[in-house]
Amino acid sequence: MNHEQATPTAAYQPVNGRLLEVEDLHVEFHTRDGVARAINGVSFTLDAGETLAILGESGSGKSVTAQAIMGILDMPPAKIPAGAIRYCGQDLLTMPEEQRRKTRGPEISMIFQDALSSLNPVFPVGWQIAEMFRMHRGMNKSDAKEQALRLMQRVQIPAAKERINSYPHQFSGGMRQRIMIAMAIALDPAVLIADEPTTALDVTVQAQIMNLLHDLQEERQMGLILITHDLGVVADVADRIAVMYAGRLVEKADILPIYAHPAHPYTKGLLDSIPRLDQKGQTLRAIAGLPPNLLRIPEGCAFNPRCYLAQDVCHRDLPSLREVAPGRWSACHFAEEVLDV
Amino acid sequence: MTDNVRTVVETTEKEPADKDVPRSLFSDAWRELKHRPMFWISLGMILFFVVMAAVPSLFTRGDPTEAILKLGSTPPSSSQWFGRDLQGYDIYTRTIYGARASILVGVFATLLTSAIGVVIGVIAAFYGGILDTIMMRITDIFFAIPFLLGGILFMSSFPNTKDSTYFAVVGKVVLVLSILGWPSIARLMRGSVLQVKPNDYVQAARALGASPWRVIRSHILPNAWAPVIVVSMINLGAFISAEASLSFLGIGLTYPAISWGVAISDALTYIRTAPWMLLFPSLFLSLAVLAFIMLGDVIRDAFDPKTR
Amino acid sequence: MSDIILEGKDLKKYYPIKTGVLRRTTGHVKAVDGVSFELRKGETLGIVGESGCGKSTLGRLLMRLEEPTDGHVFFGGEDMAKASTSQMRKLRRDIQIVFQDPYTSLNPRMTVGDIVGEPFEIHSDVIPKGGRRKRVQELLDLVGLNPEHINRYPHQFSGGQRQRIGIARGIALNPKVLICDEPVSALDVSVQAQVVNLLEKLQNELGLAYVFIAHDLSVVRHISDRVGVMYLGKLVELGEEDQVYEHPTHPYTQALLSAVPVPDPTLRGKRDQIVLVGDVPSPANPPSGCRFHTRCWRAQDVCKAEEPILQDRPDGVTQHRSACHFAEPRTVVERSE
Repeated sequence: MNHEQATPTAAYQPVNGRLLEVEDLHVEFHTRDGVARAINGVSFTLDAGETLAILGESGSGKSVTAQAIMGILDMPPAKIPAGAIRYCGQDLLTMPEEQRRKTRGPEISMIFQDALSSLNPVFPVGWQIAEMFRMHRGMNKSDAKEQALRLMQRVQIPAAKERINSYPHQFSGGMRQRIMIAMAIALDPAVLIADEPTTALDVTVQAQIMNLLHDLQEERQMGLILITHDLGVVADVADRIAVMYAGRLVEKADILPIYAHPAHPYTKGLLDSIPRLDQKGQTLRAIAGLPPNLLRIPEGCAFNPRCYLAQDVCHRDLPSLREVAPGRWSACHFAEEVLDV
Repeated sequence: MTDNVRTVVETTEKEPADKDVPRSLFSDAWRELKHRPMFWISLGMILFFVVMAAVPSLFTRGDPTEAILKLGSTPPSSSQWFGRDLQGYDIYTRTIYGARASILVGVFATLLTSAIGVVIGVIAAFYGGILDTIMMRITDIFFAIPFLLGGILFMSSFPNTKDSTYFAVVGKVVLVLSILGWPSIARLMRGSVLQVKPNDYVQAARALGASPWRVIRSHILPNAWAPVIVVSMINLGAFISAEASLSFLGIGLTYPAISWGVAISDALTYIRTAPWMLLFPSLFLSLAVLAFIMLGDVIRDAFDPKTR
Repeated sequence: MSDIILEGKDLKKYYPIKTGVLRRTTGHVKAVDGVSFELRKGETLGIVGESGCGKSTLGRLLMRLEEPTDGHVFFGGEDMAKASTSQMRKLRRDIQIVFQDPYTSLNPRMTVGDIVGEPFEIHSDVIPKGGRRKRVQELLDLVGLNPEHINRYPHQFSGGQRQRIGIARGIALNPKVLICDEPVSALDVSVQAQVVNLLEKLQNELGLAYVFIAHDLSVVRHISDRVGVMYLGKLVELGEEDQVYEHPTHPYTQALLSAVPVPDPTLRGKRDQIVLVGDVPSPANPPSGCRFHTRCWRAQDVCKAEEPILQDRPDGVTQHRSACHFAEPRTVVERSE
């Protein structure tokens, strides 16, 4: 048991409001069939009170990015050959493991898609939330339980007092997700990473959970990283978006311009291929082909086999993520043309 | 659909970058297996024992029934590698000839248990309901019989006589092992079928109007039998050792069969004066059991990489 | 109305809940509880609802993969329950299904050729043996797969390609109705559109009617001509796609539609969002009267006591079927162009 006193953020102070800086991050997985390059040079920043959405399909590396920031990748098979993840100026990757472990919870925490498998089935939920306070803040049992109850009420679990001793399976999917959120915010983290928090939930419950996350973020001025594949959810909550494809950022911008005028053919393709609730008789322009196999990422731009604009240069040269207009970053050789149309 | 909706269809998707050869799950398992030294070692050992059982004369020119009394209890030497026992039988020759009984018992008991177990398990799981309940209760009853006790009871109720043929002696052991051994396979098969049954491809076949037999044959069995193969392989080893146990007690294989179990039983009395009598048959028995269990393990890994 | 090809009348499916050592039936999960609808030739009927509302069970009832506890399914005017074994075999050709999960819907031990060819093995009179391989290759081509891949196994294909294989199997016998049970919800966003477009193409070319079951309201709007909304085993609203999406009269439909995020950040905070409280009640013990009354902001005493009937009710423009005592149109989705 850890009995240190609570001084959660004394050691970490954001520099000019900047909480997190990810720089040129690489992650690879060593498998029997070869090296899968899951992340190939990703850089972004996160400020206090900001919501950054990382958008991508399966295999784009969005979840691996989250796991790398949290430091919960299994290594091996994963390996981080290059890059830095700076939290309040300190590189988490070079930090001693003991020191880094103490950042999980009070500094950075995470919620997952599948709340049922993320909660321990053999302990009551109240006990699991209280455990956070006992472990990290050395609280006694009754104080910790009281804090847990307060949190359960904050995440709007009805009849929290009666349900504090219930087990995870006795709750619905939405309620379990609320409990996981309660655990994640228990120690007042500065950064909250939400990995597909509503993908497993029904649409009416999704709305409840997204509203809750949004309120909590404003109330506590957390930096929120929302990892999702859902362009609709992103549009409702994010301040900025980073679009990932085959382990790279292909586009990065503020929320408003990116939906109106995407600067990368992939982003444009995604927006054109999703049906909208508020449109009738819409033509869906599907993106041809499939996302690449990470063991064999195409030469040049990874999107070139599926791109309607692809030229010789796209098969040859890897486009770098460059600023194509103020605040607009795109990794496409023809970003200006995409912006125009 | 409304006519103003023009649909844009991508008629060709990019092919997956995989190699172009078709790969079945069996060939995938094979790809996995051929890189495992354990697979080759166990397979080599099994082949060795099987050849030994089929053509013992390849390994020895001696006669297992030839007893040279004056050479009784000779320790191992360059001319008689494993030594001789009390009656002057050559232990090497008898150990080689003993493989046949063990392999025969193991293989046939495995085939019979698998056949009974698979049929019962599939029927119970596929049809379910009252049929399932009845069949599983019967299975439980057999399952509850203690293996060794049941074997002893059965074998002593139907003892061998002087004129029992080799195959009658062996067949009886096979029969008792099968009667006691099928319930575990039946339960395993039932569980496996219950897992496969709700899969959408089974539903799809039913939706197409496929007959129950067709659903079982082309959709359920091919997806459900992998665990049975693995467990049967491991059981095969267990049956060999069970046969040895029964023979050791004097109620399994008896004359005219030559068996490792009988040899071990005989050797026990002379463990101080002629320890080699015990050593060699035991060694062969252990190696044979080990080989089958190892093969079962390695195949399980290949079929289900998740267990690794 | 002779253009109705498939009709459900008061369909019910109850699953017994068994407890105790004696496995006595102590109650029923009312997965589908009195659903009636009709499907016309060549049209798409979307069925939407949240998990546990009974929409997938409904699909299985229509396929006769499950026997209804009560009610009838009529195909071309004939009661399927009264069909003899041989008539049923013939009916199987006319109604086929595409499943949600492309990973469990294809037998991993069979090649693509065997999977798509199985319908011809079962109904061996459709095509003589010699012509089957060619027909399978034509089908693969039709759904946008390379016909040369006929000898490959399912695990060599991606999710979207597997879904195409499932569709090829579904249309092999030239059915008149295809039940699509969440056919795109397991697929990546960029691949979903490919499969939706394929389904539309096939409908245009083959004149298929679809029952399109899904939880994604945007996809359902895109593909459907008419839409039914389910809640706790019942249809609460049924109408033309425009009517249901633009003039919903049932509070549940309104809440459901308002909760769907629209990929347009300029609408943030401007949409009429109705956030429902609480969870969906258990179908084993559904609320009395109107099943939605426990979460409805307009509920009155009559809602607890009396079950509203699904019937035509005015929606401000015309009228369409809704099961609410206080049916009243409310625009939650503004059409944008």
